[in-house]
Amino acid sequence: MSAETVTKAAQAGTPATAARRMTALARAELTLLGRSKATFFAALFVPLIMPFSLRTAVEDMDLEEAGLSVGSVILPSAVGFSLLFAVYSALVSVYAARREELVLKRLRTGELRDVEILAGAALPSVLIGLVQCVVLTVACAALLDVGAPEAPHLAVLGLLLGLVMWPAIAAVVASFSRSLEGAQVAAMPLLLVSMMGSGTFIPFELMPDRLAAVCELLPLSPVITLIRGGWTGDLGGYEALGAIATAVAWLVLSVFAVQRWFRWEPRH
Amino acid sequence: MNTSEQVIEVTDLRRVYGGEFEAVRGVSFSVGRGELFALLGTNGAGKTSTVELLEGLAPPSGGQVRVLGHDPYTERAKVRPHIGVMLQEGGFSSELTVGETVRMWAGCTSGARPEREALALVGLSRRADVRVKQLSGGEKRRLDLACAILGRPEVLFLDEPTTGLDAEGRQETWELVRELRETGTTVVLTTHYLEEAEGLADRLAILHAGRIAVTGTPAEVTASQPSRISFELPAGYFPGDLPPLASLGITDHELEGRMLRLHTLELQRAATELLVWAQRAGVELRGLDIRSGSLEEAFLRIAREASRTSEMTAEKEHVA
Repeated sequence: MSAETVTKAAQAGTPATAARRMTALARAELTLLGRSKATFFAALFVPLIMPFSLRTAVEDMDLEEAGLSVGSVILPSAVGFSLLFAVYSALVSVYAARREELVLKRLRTGELRDVEILAGAALPSVLIGLVQCVVLTVACAALLDVGAPEAPHLAVLGLLLGLVMWPAIAAVVASFSRSLEGAQVAAMPLLLVSMMGSGTFIPFELMPDRLAAVCELLPLSPVITLIRGGWTGDLGGYEALGAIATAVAWLVLSVFAVQRWFRWEPRH
Repeated sequence: MNTSEQVIEVTDLRRVYGGEFEAVRGVSFSVGRGELFALLGTNGAGKTSTVELLEGLAPPSGGQVRVLGHDPYTERAKVRPHIGVMLQEGGFSSELTVGETVRMWAGCTSGARPEREALALVGLSRRADVRVKQLSGGEKRRLDLACAILGRPEVLFLDEPTTGLDAEGRQETWELVRELRETGTTVVLTTHYLEEAEGLADRLAILHAGRIAVTGTPAEVTASQPSRISFELPAGYFPGDLPPLASLGITDHELEGRMLRLHTLELQRAATELLVWAQRAGVELRGLDIRSGSLEEAFLRIAREASRTSEMTAEKEHVA
C-alpha cells in the first residue's frame, strides 16, 4: 500500500484532528476531576481560602518602606497558590493515577501524539487555574483596593508562563513515583519550597538580599515577580527580562525533562 | 483487493530490556491481508513483547517491523489510524462509565463507529452507565475490544483477548473476531488457549524463549507432531518383551512406573501391529490410549524440550 492510499483511507469518515482528540480527552479528565473529591476540593477551594488566611500576616508586615501594599502582596500570592494547588499538585496526581491504571499506555496505542496526551489531560486543571486566577484578581482588586494594573502585559505574560510551566513540572515530578500516594508525597517538597521561597508568604523585598537572590531563581518566583510588577508598575526592564528568562529557562528545562524521563507505564 | 499482499512483515526482530534480558531473539514472520495469525506460547515466551513492537509502542532493539508498509514506531501517525489495539491489561479509568470511556476513545479515533454500535458489537449495550470499576474481568476485556474495533481497523492486535472470560464470553468474542475477519480485517492474536488458536487462526507460530519454535497452519503444525500410544505394561512384561519398537515405526518411548508412552509418525501401522501382537500374546493393554498429534502435543513438547535446554544452559552458565 502506498502512502497516498493510506492518507486517503484516513480521510474517509470523521478524521480525528489534534484539537478533537484533545477535547475528547480533556472532557473525560474533567469528568474524572469532578468525581475525585479530594483532588477537586484541593484544586478548587484551597487557592480561594489561602489568600484570606494570609491577610492578617501581611497586614503586620512592614510594607510601606518596600513600596508594597497589602493588595499587591496578596494578589500575586493568590495566583501563585492557584498555580501550585489547582494546576501543579492536581496534575501530579492526574499523571501518576493515569499511568498506574495503564491509561497512558493504552492512550499511546491510539492516534493521540504524546504531547496531546499530556496537554489534553492537563487542560481541565489549566482552565480551572486560569478561571481561578481571574476570579482572585478581580476579588483582590475589588476588596483590597489594589486598583488596575500599571503594566498589564507583564501580569498576563507571567500568568501564561506559569500556566504552561507548571503542567510540565507536574509531569516531571509524577515520573519520580511508583504510585498515586507516592506522587502526592513527591509533589510536596516543591510545593513547600515554592510557598516559602517564591514570595508568596514573604515578599522578596522583605528577605535578606542574598536569600532573595537565590529564591528569585525558583520556578514560581518569576511568575510572582511579573504579576506583582505588572500591578505596581515598579518592575524595571532589566528585572522584567531577568524574570522572563528565569521562567523560560524552567519551561525549557521541564519540557526537556519530560521528554527524557516521563514514564508512560508503571515500573515492573 | 490483493489477498497475497503482506500487511505485516517482521524480520529478525529483537527486543532487549534494560540492556540485559533478551525477550525477543530474532523473530521473523509475515501476515497477509485478511489473515488471522496467532502467536502462542507459555508465559514469558515473548508474545506481548513481540506484539508491542508491532503496535509501535517501543522501538525494536534489532531487526525490522513493517505494518501496512510503514514502521509502526517512527511512522506512528501513518499507521495508527488503520490499526486497533487491545492490550493484555486494561488501561481505562475506573471512575469513568463504559459509555464515557467509549465516547472519549471515539473522539480520539478517525472514522469511529457510533458508540452504541461499538457497545452492541461486544454485548455491553446495557452496561453503558456502569463505572468501569464495577465491571467484571470479562466485561472489561469486552470494553477493551470495543475500543480496539472502534475505528474499523484494517489490522487488529489482540493480546490475550479472552483471558478472564467465561466459556460463553469466549465463544462470543470468537464469533466477533470471525465476523471481523470475514469483513477483511487482518488479525494478530496472542493466546495461551490452544483451542482458541486452533479454532480461529489461519496460521500460527509457537514462541518459546523469544524464538519461533514452530510455525504453519494449525493442520501443518499438528501433522508435524508425533502421535501417541500409551498403555500399562502387562504384569511380568518389560519393554524389551514387546516387538522391536523401531520396526513398529515408534520414534521415541518413555516409561513412567508401569505406564509406557510411545511416539510415532505412523499411527495406524504402529497401533495395528501393537494390537495384533497383544492379541497373539493374549495380554490386555490396560489404560490403552491412542491419540493423533495435536496442537497441545506440539505445545507441551516444545515447552518440555525447551525447559530441558534451558536447564542445560543454566548448568553450563553455572559451570562457566
